[in-house]
Amino acid sequence: MKRQTGMTLIVKTITRLTVWLIILYGFYIILHGHLTPGGGFGGGVIIALAFLNVLLAYGREFTDKWLKISFLEKLESLSIILFLLLGITALLAGKLFLENFIGKGHLYHLLSAGTIPVFNIIIGIKVAMSLFLVIWILSGLKLEEGEEA
Amino acid sequence: MPIETWLTFVLGFMIIGSIVALELKDILSSIISIGVVGLGVSVAFLFLQAPDLAIVQFLFEIFAIIILVKVFIKKDYHYEEPSRINKMLIGVTVITLAVIFIFSISVFKNIPPFGEPLLHTSKYYLENGAGDTGAANLVSSIILDYRAYDTLGEVTVLFTAILGSVTVLRLSIRKNKNKE
Repeated sequence: MKRQTGMTLIVKTITRLTVWLIILYGFYIILHGHLTPGGGFGGGVIIALAFLNVLLAYGREFTDKWLKISFLEKLESLSIILFLLLGITALLAGKLFLENFIGKGHLYHLLSAGTIPVFNIIIGIKVAMSLFLVIWILSGLKLEEGEEA
Repeated sequence: MPIETWLTFVLGFMIIGSIVALELKDILSSIISIGVVGLGVSVAFLFLQAPDLAIVQFLFEIFAIIILVKVFIKKDYHYEEPSRINKMLIGVTVITLAVIFIFSISVFKNIPPFGEPLLHTSKYYLENGAGDTGAANLVSSIILDYRAYDTLGEVTVLFTAILGSVTVLRLSIRKNKNKE
């Protein structure tokens, strides 16, 4: 029989039910960053914590299959390039570097404030991926006493 | 009750928490006491009406505690040698702190009263922030529009830190695999 990794069945079931709710809440915080408290950093940490929940409950092998860690690494590096590209696009549009070049829209609307929501989404991806990668790398570290990580 | 009373209460709570974290012998209880300190910081931000900072501080505290528990619990750090107390060192520290405190009294007299900003730009942000950027959340409009360079620097710092730690740790993982 295959060796069970991770925690007990109760923890796994609860995690399976709640992880998508946590990720959804993280997306809500990121997308409403220009309207309510929160934003890219807070929402990114929430998403990283949701992934961490899966890692703690199910173990390394399942998480690697579920999330495709090499893809996350590429996404993490891509997000900072996107941030810079968005800043340079403002130059091409005839504004200053990193300046708002999309229309402002109406106050309190979801699609308003020009580039601010876009920056929020990019920062959210960046923070979520980098924090989760730190945990991932630390969890794979073999300890000095030769214990199972 | 005025807000300063609440803040003093929270600060006292945090000081007690950090002293407990230093004095406890068990590493798990010590980590939990550090968590109390972080929670106190987050509550203090809420009292100062900074919900953005409070959210981020609270979440990072959870994250840091999970990392600390995961790193320290597996290793045998449970025992701790009692450190010998150097009386000279304590005396020098107390005298230095007293001198700093005496000199800082004159500085504290010049601080503007609570709630009045030191910089005049903040007044401009409060009056024109929503109109200039179109964002209802003023914090977001400052960090991503007025001060976007700062955010670019922060993202770069985060990227460099993650790059370095992932590279170093992955090398040591590979070395361990080769040994087996």
